[in-house]
Amino acid sequence: MINKQVSGVQEAITGVSDNMTCMFGGFGLSGIPENAIAALVESGVKGLTCISNNAGVDDFGLGLLLQQHQIKKMVSSYVGENDEFERQMLSGELDVELIPQGTLAERCRAAQAGFPAVYTPAGYGTEVAEGKETREFDGKMYVLEHAFKADFAFVKAWKGDAAGNLIFKGTARNFNPNMCGAAKITVAEVEELVPIGELDPNQIHIPGIFVQRIFQGEKYEKRIEQRTVRKRE
Amino acid sequence: MALDKNGIAKRIAKEVQDGYYVNLGIGIPTLVANYVRDDIEVEFQSENGVLGMGPFPFEGEEDADVINAGKQTITTLPGASFFDSAMSFSMIRGQHVHLTILGAMEVAENGDIANWKIPGRMVKGMGGAMDLVASAENIIVAMMHTNKAGESKLLKRCSLPLTGVGCVKKIVTNLAVLEVTDNGFKLLERAPGVSVEDIQNATEGTLIVEGDIPEMAI
Repeated sequence: MINKQVSGVQEAITGVSDNMTCMFGGFGLSGIPENAIAALVESGVKGLTCISNNAGVDDFGLGLLLQQHQIKKMVSSYVGENDEFERQMLSGELDVELIPQGTLAERCRAAQAGFPAVYTPAGYGTEVAEGKETREFDGKMYVLEHAFKADFAFVKAWKGDAAGNLIFKGTARNFNPNMCGAAKITVAEVEELVPIGELDPNQIHIPGIFVQRIFQGEKYEKRIEQRTVRKRE
Repeated sequence: MALDKNGIAKRIAKEVQDGYYVNLGIGIPTLVANYVRDDIEVEFQSENGVLGMGPFPFEGEEDADVINAGKQTITTLPGASFFDSAMSFSMIRGQHVHLTILGAMEVAENGDIANWKIPGRMVKGMGGAMDLVASAENIIVAMMHTNKAGESKLLKRCSLPLTGVGCVKKIVTNLAVLEVTDNGFKLLERAPGVSVEDIQNATEGTLIVEGDIPEMAI
């Protein structure tokens, strides 16, 4: 087996430099690459363009990179939960490109799958489609959306092996599988790195071919953004 | 009397049919799940990657890895499935989800919808709304008939930036059930005790009233 395992998060983020474009998996705070984000904060790398569905909260997730002014531009579908984000956006320090959530997923998938662009009905007739090619198929209008070009993809899975095979858990899966192989280098962090041969090949969500580096995260806080419960009867 | 938010949700729940896969937006649409009949089988989809959503978890059983698109902790029902974001929107874009219920700031008589951006205010983003409205065959908008300033939200043309064009088919408000037709908003039902005149006064767009308009049965 080709071994993708690296010594830890420091080796995993080697090569990330100023002004690069990086993808980050996660939906809200669920399934975010916590360890890679913490290491990038510490590295002091600046001017990042981040492709991520959301931008974290003030003191967690990508909010940590925002606090240190390490992000130049966010490409996201929804960014509402972060005061520092709002401040930097309104002051013009931070460039924000808002795109439909399905388009975000599909631009990742297109990059992964070798499609230069895809037609989607999402956003047709809205400001999202301004300046983009449109085309009619069977009487309905579509917008041409281009595959992302990114330097690194940081994803988080539940279990993985040294071959880079990944299994996700629950809704922490979200954008993570779509970003694997969608950048020049995909860095996967997992809660549990198991010996090769232990994962059932039938159960693997992302084959190791899409992953260049894998490591087991030191710890996972797995913070809950909206804790909602019901009373026991 | 005009309906409250739960009343709107109750009326919309009657549109949910046996065998439907349904995507519920945030706000009033979320309440619809509480009122769907017990004797039909329906699965709720959340675009962050779950089909077969159940109720909120009991205290102490919350799981950071199991949330809905509103980032709330949820549970799943037997037979549920998880999937990635691209597959989730394949369900939506590919019209495998039968019904989308979402809120709106404005709806126009040609079916245009605006629900993501108010110029001059902090813009949070469209999330999955543009994909949902551009793709779903069956979209019901759940909203109050007028905004907080008392202005109609059912307009000739939307004034806010659009989320989608010509996509809304049906609207359920606190005052009425309306259908979007080629000629304008066709009034189908009145909220209990609300007159056609009340609805007319609260509707800026063209309102089509044909014959006697029945009261909603809730």
